[in-house]
Amino acid sequence: MNRHSPLQGSALDRRRVLAGLGLSGAGLGGLSLTFAGHAQALVSSNRPKLVVILARGAMDGLSVTAPYADEDYRRLRGSLALSAPADPDGSLELEAGFGLHPALSGLHSLYGQGQLRFAPAVAIPTRIRSHFDAQDMLETGGERLRQSDTGWLNRALGSINGRGLSIGAQTPLILRGNTETSSWAPGGRIGGEERIANLLQDLYVDDRLLATGLARGLETEALARAMNDSREAGPRRLEAAPLGSAVARLMTGETGADVVALSIEGWDTHARQVAQLQTRLSQLDQLIAGLRQGLGSEWSRTIIIVATEFGRTARINGTQGTDHGTASTLLLAGGALKRGGPIGGWPGLSDAALFEGRDLAPTLDVRSIFKSVLRDHLGVDRRALHDLVFPESANEAPLLTGLV
Amino acid sequence: MDLPDRTLQSSIALTRFGLGARPGEIAEVSRDPAGWLQAQIRTSGAPQPQGTFHSSLQRIDDLAAYRDAAQAGRRLQTQTPDTMAGTSVPPNPGGRDQTPAVETATPAQQAFDARQGERRQLIQDTAQEFLARTRLACTTGEGFAERWALFWSNTLTVSATKFQSAVFIGQYEREAIRPHVFGPFADLLLAAEQHPAMLLYLDQAQSIGPNSQAGRRRAAGLNENLARESLELHSVGAQAGYTQADVTELARALTGWSVEGQGGRPSQRAALAERGADMRRQRPGAGRAGTLDQPGRHGFVFRPALHEPGARTLMGRRYPQAGSSQGEAMLRDLASHPQTARRLAHRLAVHFVSDEPPAALVSALEAAWLSSGGRLDAVARALITAPEAWSATPEKIKTPYEFLTSTHRALGTAPQRPQGLQQPLMTMGQPAFSPPSPEGWPDMAADWAGPDAMVKRLEWASGVADNARGAREPVQIAQAALGGRLGERSLTAIARAESRPEALTLFLMSPEFQRR
Repeated sequence: MNRHSPLQGSALDRRRVLAGLGLSGAGLGGLSLTFAGHAQALVSSNRPKLVVILARGAMDGLSVTAPYADEDYRRLRGSLALSAPADPDGSLELEAGFGLHPALSGLHSLYGQGQLRFAPAVAIPTRIRSHFDAQDMLETGGERLRQSDTGWLNRALGSINGRGLSIGAQTPLILRGNTETSSWAPGGRIGGEERIANLLQDLYVDDRLLATGLARGLETEALARAMNDSREAGPRRLEAAPLGSAVARLMTGETGADVVALSIEGWDTHARQVAQLQTRLSQLDQLIAGLRQGLGSEWSRTIIIVATEFGRTARINGTQGTDHGTASTLLLAGGALKRGGPIGGWPGLSDAALFEGRDLAPTLDVRSIFKSVLRDHLGVDRRALHDLVFPESANEAPLLTGLV
Repeated sequence: MDLPDRTLQSSIALTRFGLGARPGEIAEVSRDPAGWLQAQIRTSGAPQPQGTFHSSLQRIDDLAAYRDAAQAGRRLQTQTPDTMAGTSVPPNPGGRDQTPAVETATPAQQAFDARQGERRQLIQDTAQEFLARTRLACTTGEGFAERWALFWSNTLTVSATKFQSAVFIGQYEREAIRPHVFGPFADLLLAAEQHPAMLLYLDQAQSIGPNSQAGRRRAAGLNENLARESLELHSVGAQAGYTQADVTELARALTGWSVEGQGGRPSQRAALAERGADMRRQRPGAGRAGTLDQPGRHGFVFRPALHEPGARTLMGRRYPQAGSSQGEAMLRDLASHPQTARRLAHRLAVHFVSDEPPAALVSALEAAWLSSGGRLDAVARALITAPEAWSATPEKIKTPYEFLTSTHRALGTAPQRPQGLQQPLMTMGQPAFSPPSPEGWPDMAADWAGPDAMVKRLEWASGVADNARGAREPVQIAQAALGGRLGERSLTAIARAESRPEALTLFLMSPEFQRR
């Protein structure tokens, strides 16, 4: 595997990346194919690519890879339960009694090509139900809360001299640390904006002044945006597929990023879950489609991880949604993936099997998958994995084989 | 009306009377919320921003240096008009040396650069003043004294929208406002009207009595700007029933009120100041309207040569004094006018409590004003002891400045650079030191909750939330900032948020944090 020298930090700072891309503001149009070209000459682009997509807010694994054949699923999930693939509007057939959410049709076709795998019941090592703490753990890779203030992906990059890129104005914790990384902000968040606006409207229900001010302001904003969109070539709003392609282009070429971290927000589906998930999962599907398209031949060297901080309650709640749970689904996609079945076991949904009587129980430490991908795909060595990237994890999160 | 319990009182004291709670403050203050407020009322005035800054006298020098540079530039431009194009070739004594010479600036360009440099320095100094003042707001343990000082600064507005007053605006607050906010209102009013920032902002420095020595020599005249705003905005208000004749009479009395260095060289100041000190010993203005300029404090100067001679009548009262004491006597009477008490009592109640304040509150403030002879410490005490001021409902919406500073307080941070302040304040509608008119910043809740303003607040808040570091949980942050004022609905939303940034954004945008 080819190695390259570490980049000078300044070569990839955001300002220069943006300048090199000819970007002003948020437009995605006019992206050039590579970084600014300040990087030292690198011979090969035959390098493995990794994209980590963080689904923030606790993605409901039981809706992503629905265990339709589990005899307790329908009883617990009620109207949220997806139907079997054979049924009209049913889930998309996977294996072992699982069906993929119908919004993930793009991923399903990858599945058909052996380029999608799933782990139906993974979790972080500690049982917590706070988004903040759980996201911290997911990103730091620690065993305990606040064990580290750097991200595992950054530490992994450091051990292979890889180039990291985060999408968004702020570098997420997973990519923060001693190794210089770059970031690119397309101007906006994926999924977060409308959600915040809706939540605020709930808070302003007794405050007419603030409620009308914000509502009108957002309307005007949307109008202005729509007008801009029709004038400019590139999408100003974060359309998922073009975003995916744009990110992919930052990963290709001689100086493209090896490792990318990005987040999709808006998975905290306490109420009216069906519609929200439909939107989010479509975005996820399109994002990955965009990445695949943009990566072109690099797709065969790419692995995408979709992970979330925890799952949601096994039972439907009183507001057509679900609350904070424990285990959830992790997805792997990409041309570098080895064909294979579900990763990790399925604990079942019987009352006895549920964690604390309410949540899907984890059968696999999420770090096992991260570590295996890092070793088998990026070539991070075993010692670095156990000691540096995921310290003290050798026993609790053993390496898996056969993923890549 | 019953007062709310101690903890809620503490939250109200910190957020409504003060500028927001820093971590731990609500608990501390809850031991004695009223005592915490009382202790901030000091006749020595409100706390000063930290930093080394020029005084008004030094700023007059700074401004003179800038003017000199500007003049030098103009002279050079008239001498060598072609240099504007920047094409002149520097002399090349070697003659045959064809190496491209490093381009040397022409004298005119140098003068231009010097002038720009001076101007930039002046503006940067003001920006540093603004930073220091904002840092004080973000960190002070005496938020009530600070809000009180800001109220008076906004009531007696000067604005950086005018370059000359921008130069003195930091000095204005430090020299004229802060020392006097808990003393007699008349002292505050006089200090404000005689400060270079105000004299330049409202054009007083160039007002000339038509029958003064100077006025008889050239066709120059009165400028009524300061006189009008002194009546309308700084004291009795338009409803007091004064007429245009009153405005003109006050304007005449104020002629000669000027700023040192206007026309004179700063190097002359030392000599002038000495002579001025002599004159004060001889009771200046009492009987002898001399021709010598009479320096006052902070760069104020009275120029007898510009002063309109004669007795004046304002709102039915006759003022026979000569010199600057004539205008001073008028302003003192305006300060103690009952209409001033009524108007400013109402304005205080609007600022601190509600767009439509309870009549009892306004009456209490007015009574304290009148019975104390306009002592602002007495008025402040009346405010903090009025039960109506402690109502549990927060009716006011924070201004962008208050939103920004209270955010820093809640997060336990403080701004480090002027740039990081100016941009968001501009975007949210309250550019630094720059109220749009002599009326000052608007003070009604609806003025700050317009559609665009709300979107800009949301954008700023989510930016802050994305960048916030630290181990404290958003729920803890919200509780520490709002205490008993944090409602169940917002608390739940913050606790349920799906990420830290989302939680912090919800907290910062919650009605409880937007209001006070």
